[in-house]
Amino acid sequence: MIAYDQILSKRAQAISPSRIRRYFDLAETMEGVISLGVGEPDFRTPWAIRSAAINTLERQAIVYGANSGLMQLREAVAQFMQRRHNLSYDPAHELFITVGGSEAVDLTFRSLLDPGDEVLITEPCFVCYAPLVTMASAVPVELPTRHEDAFRLTADTLQAALKAHPKAKLLVLSYPNNPTGAIMTKEDYLPLVELIRKTNMMVLSDEIYSELTYGTKHCSIATLEGMHERTIVVNGFSKAFAMTGWRLGWMAGPEPVIQQALKIHQYGIMCAPMVSQRAALEALTHCDDEVTRMVEEYDHRRRYMLKRFSEMGLTCFPPAGAFYLFPCIASTGMDDETFCEHLLYEEKVAVVPGGAFGDSGKNHVRISYAYSLKHLSEAADRMERFIKRHTQENTAK
Amino acid sequence: MKEILTLLKQNARLSNGELAAMTGRTEEEVAEKIAKMEHDGIIRGYSVIVDDELADNNMVSAYIELKVTPKPDCGFEEIARIITTYPEVESVTLMSGGYDLGLTVRGTNLRDIAAFVAQRLSTLDGVLSTATHFVLKRYKEKGILIMEEPHDERSVVS
Repeated sequence: MIAYDQILSKRAQAISPSRIRRYFDLAETMEGVISLGVGEPDFRTPWAIRSAAINTLERQAIVYGANSGLMQLREAVAQFMQRRHNLSYDPAHELFITVGGSEAVDLTFRSLLDPGDEVLITEPCFVCYAPLVTMASAVPVELPTRHEDAFRLTADTLQAALKAHPKAKLLVLSYPNNPTGAIMTKEDYLPLVELIRKTNMMVLSDEIYSELTYGTKHCSIATLEGMHERTIVVNGFSKAFAMTGWRLGWMAGPEPVIQQALKIHQYGIMCAPMVSQRAALEALTHCDDEVTRMVEEYDHRRRYMLKRFSEMGLTCFPPAGAFYLFPCIASTGMDDETFCEHLLYEEKVAVVPGGAFGDSGKNHVRISYAYSLKHLSEAADRMERFIKRHTQENTAK
Repeated sequence: MKEILTLLKQNARLSNGELAAMTGRTEEEVAEKIAKMEHDGIIRGYSVIVDDELADNNMVSAYIELKVTPKPDCGFEEIARIITTYPEVESVTLMSGGYDLGLTVRGTNLRDIAAFVAQRLSTLDGVLSTATHFVLKRYKEKGILIMEEPHDERSVVS
C-alpha cells in the first residue's frame, strides 16, 4: 500500500484546515439553525451584471482570453481605482485580472517570497494569509491588533515587529477588515508609513471590502507618499458587487512584481473566467447606484445590530467597514469557542469564534450582518436570551 | 427624511428607537420628523400587506380601466374624487396611454364586482367605457413579496 504520509508535501500537511469549517459542519447537521456566519453579501448580483453574462453566453464564443484579462476590463479597473481610490495604474503593465482576490493574494506571496522569508500579517484577519505564506515556503509572523485600538495596526506594534524581524519582506494589511469590520484612515496609516518607508519591505493591501465603508471613504495605503512603489493592492468584485461565485478579482502594483505574478498566473490559471470578465465590465461601468443602495442598506443593519449588541451589554467598537461586528464576549465567562458551541446548541444561532482569525481575535465572535433585517432581529433576540442567561450565571459564580 | 421614509416603506412597524439606531439619529429627532411628515401629508397613512390566501379571505380583486371625458374646468379631479368615495375601491390612479383612470376594486365575489361596475361606475357622468380584469394571484405588492422568500443559497458559515 502506498504510504501517503511520505508522499504528501510536508508543507501542505503542516497546514491545518480552516477553523471556520468546524462550525459549518456542526451547524449543517442541525435543524432550524439561523446563521450570522457568512462572509458574503445576501444581495443577488445586480441584474445588469447577470444580463451582461447571459448576453455573452448567447453571442460570444467562450474561449481563452489574454492572460492578464480583457484589456477593456483592465482599463475599467484602472479607471475605477482612479475614480474611487485616487490610485493610478497603467492597465497594460501594472494590473491584471485574477480568479478572485484570493488568487491575487497567493500570487503576491509566490512572486515575492523565498524559503525562510518572513511575512508580517496583521491579525485578526481572513484565514488565508498564513497558510498561503507557508505554502510559499515562507514564515508567517503574527502582528496582533487590539480591541482598544479598534483593531487598527498601531505604529508601536509595527515598530516592535520590525525590530524583532528586521528582514521581514512583506507586511499584509487587510482593511476594511474581515472579521473585525475595522478600517484604517489616512491618519492611522501615516505613522506606519513613516516606519515602512525606512525599510525594504513591501505591503500587500487586501482591499476587497473597499467599497463597504460607512460614514467615511476608503483610504488605500498605496496613495500615501512613497507607498505606490512598495504596495500591491488586491481587490475584486465579490463584496462590492455581490459577485462572490463569479470568482473575479485583480491585483495592481509596481510593474516588476505584477509581471512576475502574471507569469505564475499564466502557467497556473491561463486566464480568469471570460463570462465573469464580461459581466464585471458592466459592474464597473454601470452599477454605481446599485452599490450605493447596498451600502446604505448594510449601514442600516450595521447600526441596528450595534444597538442590539450594546443593549445586550457586550462591548463592541463601532466598525466602519465590511459587514461584520466583532463584539467581545468575555463578560459571559466563556471563551469564544465555548460561546459559539453553546450558542449553536442552546439557541441555534451560528456565529464564528474570533480565535479562528488569529489569537488576537480570541474572546470575540464574528457577527455578519449580510442578512435581512427580519433575520437579524430574530438572531439578535436569540442571542440576547442566551447572553442574559449566561451573564447571570457568570455573575452568580 | 428620505431615509426614514425608505425604511418605513419597507416596514412601517419599525419603532422610533429602531429607526433612530438605523439612521444614526436620536429617537426624539425621528419622532419629530415622522410627525412632521404626517402633518404635512407626506405620510398619508399606514397599512398592512395581507396574503389573502393564507388569511383565508375569499375576496376577489379586479383592475378596472376607465375611459372618461374630462370636465372643462377640473379635468379628471371631480370624477376621481367621486370614485374614491366608494368603499370597495382600493386605489385610483390617473394613467397615461390607452385609458384615463386605473382602479383596483375588491369585493366578496365576482358578482359583487360586476354589479359595482355595471351599476355604480358605468353610470357615472362622463364615463365612456370600462374594462375589468380580475386578479388571479398576487406575487408582490409595494415591494413586499406575497410568496415564499427565495431560499438563502449561501453556506451557514463561510
